[in-house]
Amino acid sequence: MNEGRKEIIQFVFVLIGFVFLVKLFFIQIIEDSYKNLADVNAIRKEVQYPIRGIIKDRNGKLIVYNNPEFDLMIILREVKNLDSARFCQVFEISQDQLRALFKGFHTEIRNRKANELQPYPFIRQLSNYDLARIQDNIDEFRGFFIQVRTTRAYASTAAANAIGYVSEISKRQLDNQKEHFYRQGDYIGKSGIEAYYEQYLRGTRGVKYLMRNKDGVIKGAYEEGKYDTLSVPGQDLTSTIDLTLQEYGEFLMKGKAGSIIAIEPSSGEILAMVSGPSYDPNLLTGKNYSENFVLISNDSLKPLFNRPLMAQYRPGSIFKVAQAMVALQEGVITPETRIRCDRSIINCHGAHTNEDLRGAITNSCNPYFREVLRRMLQKGKANNPFDDTRIGLEEWDKHIMSFGFGKRLGIDLPNEKRGLVPSPAYYDRAYTGRPWKFSNIYSIAIGEGENLVVPLQMANFAATIANKGYYITPHLIKSIGNSGVPLPQYTERHYTTIDSANFRIAADAMRQVVESGTAQYRAKLKDIVVCGKTGTVQNEPKSDHSVFIAFAPRVNPKIAVSVYVEYSGQGGRAAASIASLMIEKYLLGGTQRPNIEDYVLKGKFE
Amino acid sequence: MIYGFMVFWGWLNIYSATYDEHQSIFDFSINSGRQLMFIVTSVFLILAILIIDMRFYEAFAYIIYGLIMFLLLLVPFIGKEVGGNRSWLGFGSFGVQPSEFAKFATALAVAKFMGTIGFRMDNIRNQAAVFALIGGPILLILMQKDYGTAMVFLVFLLVLYREGMSPFLLLVGLGVAVIFILTLLVENNWYLFGAIGAAWAMTIFMNRRKKIKRLIVITVGAAVLVVTILSVEFIFSNLLEPHHQRRVMVLLNPDLDQLGAGYHVYQSKVAIGSGGVIGKGFLKGTQTKLKFVPEQYTDFIFCTIGEEYGWLGSLIMVGLFMALLFRVVFLAERQKNRFARVYGYSVACIFFFHFATNIAMTIGLFPVIGIPLPFFSYGGSSLWAFTALLFILLKLDAHRMHVLQRL
Repeated sequence: MNEGRKEIIQFVFVLIGFVFLVKLFFIQIIEDSYKNLADVNAIRKEVQYPIRGIIKDRNGKLIVYNNPEFDLMIILREVKNLDSARFCQVFEISQDQLRALFKGFHTEIRNRKANELQPYPFIRQLSNYDLARIQDNIDEFRGFFIQVRTTRAYASTAAANAIGYVSEISKRQLDNQKEHFYRQGDYIGKSGIEAYYEQYLRGTRGVKYLMRNKDGVIKGAYEEGKYDTLSVPGQDLTSTIDLTLQEYGEFLMKGKAGSIIAIEPSSGEILAMVSGPSYDPNLLTGKNYSENFVLISNDSLKPLFNRPLMAQYRPGSIFKVAQAMVALQEGVITPETRIRCDRSIINCHGAHTNEDLRGAITNSCNPYFREVLRRMLQKGKANNPFDDTRIGLEEWDKHIMSFGFGKRLGIDLPNEKRGLVPSPAYYDRAYTGRPWKFSNIYSIAIGEGENLVVPLQMANFAATIANKGYYITPHLIKSIGNSGVPLPQYTERHYTTIDSANFRIAADAMRQVVESGTAQYRAKLKDIVVCGKTGTVQNEPKSDHSVFIAFAPRVNPKIAVSVYVEYSGQGGRAAASIASLMIEKYLLGGTQRPNIEDYVLKGKFE
Repeated sequence: MIYGFMVFWGWLNIYSATYDEHQSIFDFSINSGRQLMFIVTSVFLILAILIIDMRFYEAFAYIIYGLIMFLLLLVPFIGKEVGGNRSWLGFGSFGVQPSEFAKFATALAVAKFMGTIGFRMDNIRNQAAVFALIGGPILLILMQKDYGTAMVFLVFLLVLYREGMSPFLLLVGLGVAVIFILTLLVENNWYLFGAIGAAWAMTIFMNRRKKIKRLIVITVGAAVLVVTILSVEFIFSNLLEPHHQRRVMVLLNPDLDQLGAGYHVYQSKVAIGSGGVIGKGFLKGTQTKLKFVPEQYTDFIFCTIGEEYGWLGSLIMVGLFMALLFRVVFLAERQKNRFARVYGYSVACIFFFHFATNIAMTIGLFPVIGIPLPFFSYGGSSLWAFTALLFILLKLDAHRMHVLQRL
């Protein structure tokens, strides 16, 4: 009767063994969460934050550098027996604050922005003073540790909008990143150079894998540091900005809204880029970032609005210089062409009646340029005036856009605006299919009407004239790391469609403007030959904008400037004064005309 | 015969080697060094076992049994307390656990008794005597509150089954265990009562033409199950210690308490689970090396294998045990006298029980009870006891022809 019982017993043995192997197969091979849990258990990943690259000016003066900063990190899973009273005492916070911190953290966990296994910044940006006290006591609190990283510090408050700022990465940026570089709590360049050169400045994060035992005590490097990576510091940047000139420009712009841009024509390097009003970049670093950011971004004067690239204005009379060159190129006039100052259609100013091209620029004669534009747009290439204008406008557009108007120049900053050079398609839309011809659109002849430019384009235009026919895209960084060269797109010459002979004529005329024309009183310098052109942009019912572009010296120009001062009247006053002071500052180291400086600082231009 | 001996010898070496490998130093101050010493002493033990005349074991079975029982009796009074259980007898700096040796002593005694001429399994008095032999050490070990070791003796039921005991008891035992678990899982006991009642009625109905005795047996079985349900609450909350209660609850609901009662099993599963297919490699296991799993060198030794050698290592280990068990069963079956055969089955079943419960608890299939893994777990008493178990069988096997000659 006992036959077969041996087999039953053996069957039980095998059955159990088989059950084990199946179960083991599941937990060891199928399920991989145990692997992660094991790593979470035994390995602490310590992020080694790289030092962000610093930014210096063209003469090696420090603009932005780093300050060490300390975050108190929490790994909730490891927090055990927290003595909250002691915690509050060490960190000098109240019980309510501690509760609020935990509440916030739990909300983040619920929103899946944080989890209890990963380090999370519990208290951010402890001060050096806090740190000294905390460091001795941190071991009392399991699950907490101090993480060091750096925040930005500013040696100069100048060029805040150009430099930009750094802050914690937003949820959206985090979700939209392509390369999965950033994580919750990381800092990222949010605007200006900080944003544009983020990938060079940020460096590479390092990771240190440490083994710890069940009590959380670190037992040394994991696998002798085989998987550790060193953090690689970010690359330092050398800016094209001349900090002294920049600071002087901001000094002159105090209390005014507008921009100053100074470019070295031969290289496209931006020497100064002032956006007024500006803000103190130190407000957007450190502990009070959030409050200050709200404060600054709600300021009615919009200090975060980077006017040199973002403010689109009508260019005004400075556009006549471009107009003149296009007309010469198209052959509709010669420098000697005289046109009667017929003020019946368009108003003018000053005592002149029948000027040639140079005279028309010098006196900024509106009827002259209206007639010039008419000759360009109505060449008689088509049978009716509508088609004729269309053909003429297309040719005109091509020339104007070759100066860099109506498109993004491609400066190394984010959020650059295009401006507008009206095309036939644009007018079709604007007139919703109704016919339009020269008589409808002639105000573009004098830089009014539909034209829109940003101050950077005006400065670039001045630089193009200084170069007699080409420009190099304006940029703010001349060297990344030790490379000594800017990004490749900032060495390339962009030629206009205009012959350089025609530029010479334009430059002559601009020389006249300063010598004996609209800018003679405030832009003429004793030792330097300045070429410039005023603009007074109508702004009914408010005051006009004051505009001036210039370059100097006449031969072998070293600096091209555009100045745009909002609501400050004639271009020959505020803008011309500021531009000439900038030229003096850069070429001579300071002004020889304190009265002009006082005049600008007083800010009464009426 | 020689072949079988050699194979076992080789196996033992593999086990020992596998065991030794996970500790790197042979220093006597740490466990691997001490284990090496235990292994060396077990070699002497093996030699002694093989030298001693085989008749000794049969003749002195009761005396060994009696001696061990006496020691077990002493333990609660003069024993040392280790890990909450008073199961150690101290001899200088080393201690021994008589309960470990009780296993092979009982095996010998049971074998001896059942090997007596005239023993019949269906004789109630004989049966009662066997149960008394097995029940004695269970009671004594329960007095030490070492429930795990006490449970080992239940495995003798399997031996008895082989020798002709009705499977009824095993089935009832299994049924009781299942019902016990179900009672803990199902909130309302009336569902279970209903299910048992329905099953009972149906069985009675289907067997209504059968003998009355059958119907009584069925009714008694059902009654036992009902009583089990009713007593679960009592057993669970009154007889089991709080930490045992928690271990059982954790088994039923593994995520209940990962840092408290479930910590052992949770960490053990993490360690084993992180091993993957081929493991992290010798001495590379982060979990075991950094001591996340408590008692990883004794009861949770399997974590090391699981983590460092992965599923393949586990496969090999399970395979080795299977081979060992089959070999022991094979040896038992080829014995010519009942004493040796019963003893052989006892050895197989004791190994099986240890292997099964130990692995089951490390992977969360069984509550955590202090059961070592034979030949792997650290510990002198258990190593010696398992060695003695195995080699007495080999000795008996080597002389099985003599038995014939003698008869």
